[in-house]
Amino acid sequence: MLVGLLHSLEIAIGATCLGLLIGTAGAFGKLYGGPVTRDLLAVYTTVVRAVPELVLILLLYYAGTDLINQVLTAIGYQRVDISGLAAGIFVLGFVQGAYSTEVIRGAILAIPQGQIEAARAYGMSPGLMLRRITLPAMLPFAIPGLANLWLIATKDTALLAVVGFFELTLATRQAAGVTKAYLLFYLAAGALYLALSLFSNVIIGRVEAWSRRGMPSVKEAR
Amino acid sequence: MSAEASTIDLAARASIWLKPHRIVLILIALALVLCAAFFMRWDWLPQYWEMGLLGIWRALWILAVTCALGFALAVPLGLAQAGGPFWFAVPAKIFCTIIRGTPLLLQLWLLYYGLGSIFPQYPWIRESWLWPYLRQAWPYAVVALTFSFAGYEGEVMRGAFAGVPRGQLEAARAFGMSRWKIFRRIWLPQAFYRALPTLTGETVLQLKSTPLVATISVIDIFAVSSKVRQDTYLTYEPLLLLALIYMTITGILVFVFSRIEARIPVKIG
Repeated sequence: MLVGLLHSLEIAIGATCLGLLIGTAGAFGKLYGGPVTRDLLAVYTTVVRAVPELVLILLLYYAGTDLINQVLTAIGYQRVDISGLAAGIFVLGFVQGAYSTEVIRGAILAIPQGQIEAARAYGMSPGLMLRRITLPAMLPFAIPGLANLWLIATKDTALLAVVGFFELTLATRQAAGVTKAYLLFYLAAGALYLALSLFSNVIIGRVEAWSRRGMPSVKEAR
Repeated sequence: MSAEASTIDLAARASIWLKPHRIVLILIALALVLCAAFFMRWDWLPQYWEMGLLGIWRALWILAVTCALGFALAVPLGLAQAGGPFWFAVPAKIFCTIIRGTPLLLQLWLLYYGLGSIFPQYPWIRESWLWPYLRQAWPYAVVALTFSFAGYEGEVMRGAFAGVPRGQLEAARAFGMSRWKIFRRIWLPQAFYRALPTLTGETVLQLKSTPLVATISVIDIFAVSSKVRQDTYLTYEPLLLLALIYMTITGILVFVFSRIEARIPVKIG
């Protein structure tokens, strides 16, 4: 079960990182991209958010591995066996990307416009502006939403049990099936997930406090 | 999706869709759909048509029942956390934390395989009138989804109850309303209006968690598509159709909720 937990964690972390990358790129595409990019991204976020994760996971898990293999055979390489870990990270990252696109887009919109204008006025290049101004300034707005996404990601890893990837939930099911102590194992797995969530909450609280440093507190403003 | 979108009149809406790049994109999408229709195999459709409809009906039925029951459970949960004494608030808080901290799939399997394996050990349960129900899968599915909805929505309702201005409640008390009447006429409606936008999202999330019940052998639309895939060895066609069905249901849900949202008084609090 601990191996399962480790796999779950690996996937959750990988998927969140990939989701963040997609999300940042997607948010910038949605805000500053051309009309075609914008529409395509709108389709992406709408479709991914409207279809159940389980269906998407099945679809991408099979379609993704199949597609890569077909491309590889077309170029003339051998078929590769894609590890469940990579496929899981890719699939969940793709799903997370759609959600984090919306979160980050909202966060960027919440930055006071003057800060971005000031950065432009200083003659910063877009890359520098992204690194120095936009990303740090949007962080306090984005962290609550992203924290939610991280918690969702940890729980979505359980869905990979359905496609047969060995993570915490599937490990539990197998252990329970072998020992016939169903209730015990499921309760233990639940406790593990819960501990993970509560632990993440503490960390997230710290991170949020750190990202808000230097900002006027909401309580004092009232 | 929002209220603004519904206020845009038809002409403006048409011009939004008829920008040149959109026409091209729509044409490409149409071409893709046509390709899918012609080059993929759909000959299995007539055979599974009725089963599919039954599956959709079942998924919608589970969605409606669990949302209604879950909301009914969420109101006391939210109320206990927002204004209850601590021996109500603490259990409610713990319930919400546990439900929100563990995956729904695990809760479902815990109930179905865990409790389901415990029940047959007790003769008095096997002899009771509940037994015919406990042997089937759907009661577990309904209970798990209801609890999940109640857990998430209870947290939302807590915020909504706490967000109703104190002055409103004090005014109601000054009118000499009884506690029950204050709750029924003032507190609950206002909290409900506040919670409505989140309720839309929660309902869509709930729709998206209904396919999980297929893993404990409830035949919903997802299970039907899995069966088609096993019978015909097709990978993509059933899944694509399934995705389309879910998107349609989501679209309808969002539309209905936006209609309801447009009807409520905008100025509250």
